[in-house]
Amino acid sequence: MSMFRVFDVAASGMRAQSARLNAVASNLANAESVTSSNGQPYRAKQVVFQAQPMTTGNAQSVGVQVAGVLEDQSPPKLMYDPKSPFADANGYVAMPNVNVVDEMTNMISASRSYQTNIDVMNTAKTLLLRTLSLGQV
Amino acid sequence: MLGKIDDYFRNQETALKMRAYRQEVLASNIANADTPNYKARDFDFKSAYQAARTQQQSATLATSDQRHLQPASAKIDPFAPHLQYRNERQPSIDGNTVDMDTEMKEFTDNAIRYQASVMFMQRRIESMKTALTGQ
Repeated sequence: MSMFRVFDVAASGMRAQSARLNAVASNLANAESVTSSNGQPYRAKQVVFQAQPMTTGNAQSVGVQVAGVLEDQSPPKLMYDPKSPFADANGYVAMPNVNVVDEMTNMISASRSYQTNIDVMNTAKTLLLRTLSLGQV
Repeated sequence: MLGKIDDYFRNQETALKMRAYRQEVLASNIANADTPNYKARDFDFKSAYQAARTQQQSATLATSDQRHLQPASAKIDPFAPHLQYRNERQPSIDGNTVDMDTEMKEFTDNAIRYQASVMFMQRRIESMKTALTGQ
């Protein structure tokens, strides 16, 4: 029953997209965090995907997995605020390099892809149920 | 008798298997819509179906030694046709060639054709049952 592998593939897609949504959520939540646990300003996190052939059956069905989470290496945004305790010698505070517009588009893309994978799964379910009822009157 | 029933169902069975396989390939494309450098793949159903129907008869030969040769066609699994890469219509920066509209269209199209095959199979089973019970 190769149709069951459609479930595996769609589920891997959903897992990957929800990891991406997770990263977007933490980026947006920390868009104003001046310090993080390492004392540096928060850096935006980006999830990188990788195609992953399914281990069972023929290797033609390819799922997706999260290859890693990268930190955005672009320089932090500097905000002039001499009164802040985090200000440097010139009076600038390093703010996270989170681009809110990028994050919102990322979020829409991730949630759309998640929905599409659910559609794929639903279709596979319908087809399987039809096949299982084959021969019944 | 049983061989005849087998023949009677074979075409629809082949079609169902290949539709299911194609569904898998298309689901892979859709799942990898955001994977960098992923190339969308598919196969031509018509030629693959014809190949599966003609090649099914010639199964692998029984061998008693691993040096014995097999016919060339036996190496190709008719139910796992050769996948081709789809021509991309709009190139993207990350090297991904999945076009969501095309993939969804093919996926839905394939799903409906799968259901049609199931229905044809159902009708064949029903007519076979009618013949067997004589009612």
